[in-house]
Amino acid sequence: MPPRTMYEKIWDAHAILEMDDGTWLLHIDRHLVNEVTSPQAFEGLRMQDRTVAHPELTIAVADHNVPTDNRDGPIEDPASRLQVETLERNVEQFKVPYIPLRSARQGIVHVVGPELGLTQPGMTIVCGDSHTSTHGAFGALAFGIGTSEVEHVLATQTLRQRPSKTMLVRIDNALCAGASAKDLALHVIGTLGTAGGTGYVIEYAGAAVEALDMAGRMTLCNLTIEAGARAGMIAPDRKTFDWLHGRPNVAQGEEFDAAVERWGALRSDASAKFDKTVIIDARDVAPMVTWGTSPDAVVPINGVVPDPEDFPEQQKPQLHAMLDYMGLAPGQAIEGLPIDVVFIGSCTNGRLEDLAAAAEIVRGKKVASGVRALIVPGSGQVRLQAEDLGLDLVFLEAGFEWREAGCSMCLGMNPDRLAPGERCASTSNRNFEGRQGTGGRTHLVSPAVAAASALSGKIADPRKLER
Amino acid sequence: MTRFERLEATAAPIPIDNIDTDKILPGEFLKTVERKGLGRALFARMRYRADGSLNPDFVLNRVPWANAGILVAGANFGCGSSREHAPWALLDFGIRCIIAESFAEIFYNNCFKNGILPIVLAVPEISALRETVADAGRARVRVDLIGQTVTYGGGIELPFDIAEGRKRALIEGRDEIAETLRVRSTLLAWQQANCRELPPILLGENGGAKLGHGSGGAVLLRAA
Repeated sequence: MPPRTMYEKIWDAHAILEMDDGTWLLHIDRHLVNEVTSPQAFEGLRMQDRTVAHPELTIAVADHNVPTDNRDGPIEDPASRLQVETLERNVEQFKVPYIPLRSARQGIVHVVGPELGLTQPGMTIVCGDSHTSTHGAFGALAFGIGTSEVEHVLATQTLRQRPSKTMLVRIDNALCAGASAKDLALHVIGTLGTAGGTGYVIEYAGAAVEALDMAGRMTLCNLTIEAGARAGMIAPDRKTFDWLHGRPNVAQGEEFDAAVERWGALRSDASAKFDKTVIIDARDVAPMVTWGTSPDAVVPINGVVPDPEDFPEQQKPQLHAMLDYMGLAPGQAIEGLPIDVVFIGSCTNGRLEDLAAAAEIVRGKKVASGVRALIVPGSGQVRLQAEDLGLDLVFLEAGFEWREAGCSMCLGMNPDRLAPGERCASTSNRNFEGRQGTGGRTHLVSPAVAAASALSGKIADPRKLER
Repeated sequence: MTRFERLEATAAPIPIDNIDTDKILPGEFLKTVERKGLGRALFARMRYRADGSLNPDFVLNRVPWANAGILVAGANFGCGSSREHAPWALLDFGIRCIIAESFAEIFYNNCFKNGILPIVLAVPEISALRETVADAGRARVRVDLIGQTVTYGGGIELPFDIAEGRKRALIEGRDEIAETLRVRSTLLAWQQANCRELPPILLGENGGAKLGHGSGGAVLLRAA
């Protein structure tokens, strides 16, 4: 067999047959289902009198729409309540495993899946959510799909796919102190552009990637979609195996050892050919902050807002519109921009390590007056683990709000939203116009920068804070 | 899937790159359990002013583009979220074809599932097309999927590329799930040969919740 990339190995292990339209039927190992992108798919099954082919490979949890302040009563927003109740009815009818809203296991599906050991190397994993790329951190092929495809997977446990091109993003050397996986990911997006990955599956490799912990790898793979690539992946290694060991749904004892053996063979062959290779030097990565309404509109924290006039003619009007929306002027320093809100959470940065990084900066200090600061753990388990470490008290004493798990202000489908004109340092994944609330201004940052900014009331460099 | 062969319609120019799916359909409109009715919310933040009135400057609020069936956009159209609500909103408004310099992948796929034809044209071609259709008297465009041409401006004909399989699927309006289910015996044989059994999904001791459904000892299959 010729040398293959990890993507090609996983593809080959799941490709069932080629259909007459040039697509392949790909077996899907795990199907994650949420309340927003599934109702129409279940309805489609009902209309055609179809069933869920493999409910045991499917797991559902409500995350996008759920309140994060109070879970005691029913959901107040009738539209949100209807979506969650519709999911509950659908999992009942189609016998799909479901994590209820009041379970301590509830959370953002991309945090919950790995926690439960449902995400494993070599798997194909899909979900009606573009940030499904997160699960690639374990050496899985994981990507977001639309609702029609959700219906196809429910009905057949397969997906019709065309093979992607492969891109190797090799990140050499080590990240500098103060630079995190989030900063690295934003730097990669800034380098590739938001469409740079279109048509590719990205494999991240190199010393800086190997050095990342699993949370960091999930952050990096999570943001792959913001560079246009549907999937990002990292070869599983000892860190991956150790992280998975002992989790529910992961094999134990000799079976685990056998699994590790199989997983180890997934790594791209040394002489495998990628369609494209991009080399990045981790030493170039500083804490990063986005200034515009596209994730590739990003500069180091000590940088300034670029001048649209320095860009090609065709891009100028849009860049001016971006600055207008963001209330920024060319040449303005990013560091020191006054902020109104800080959001720490999301499938990008809502894990225990992210909260710990923020807590380390916050400990013993106070949120600046006039700043609303939210900590929204990525899952109920993250929340419990953080509470075991006393992180909730660190945040509460500093003046942060300590919330229940959910997508929350990342996309503002629940009541956690920005008001028009409010400026937010956010650890989420998209700074699109209105993403966090109509007229809201989002600066994507790492948990450390978000925490430092909460204390300063301005975009702040955590490296400069007094300890 | 809705069939698509030919379309003659008004084309609206939207000369903006990176139109994300949040722009096409903002998140607050995702709280629906239906496919229909999203047309009113299409491009909501561009189409309506803060007080809810129509923004007279936005192209889809002006004659003749308020009846547009085609959009002519920039690069990376449909980036961001995988929400199929974006193509549903376009369809509900009456858009059946989007011509752009490039598309984001998930959105591009989602279009085909809904009978919307996404067409990629080169930058110079699309610039000229956008400029032409910005003239109210010259906004009619004819799209022929069978012949793979876009015709505008009184006879300017632009050929476009499309994967043969995608083209056929649109023309025939195929039910992909029905097609896949027709090869179910092949799927089952493949699973028999290639999948290993795993125990049912566990929520773990800390879960504090029992698994609602489907955990009753079902055979868990996955590729080896």
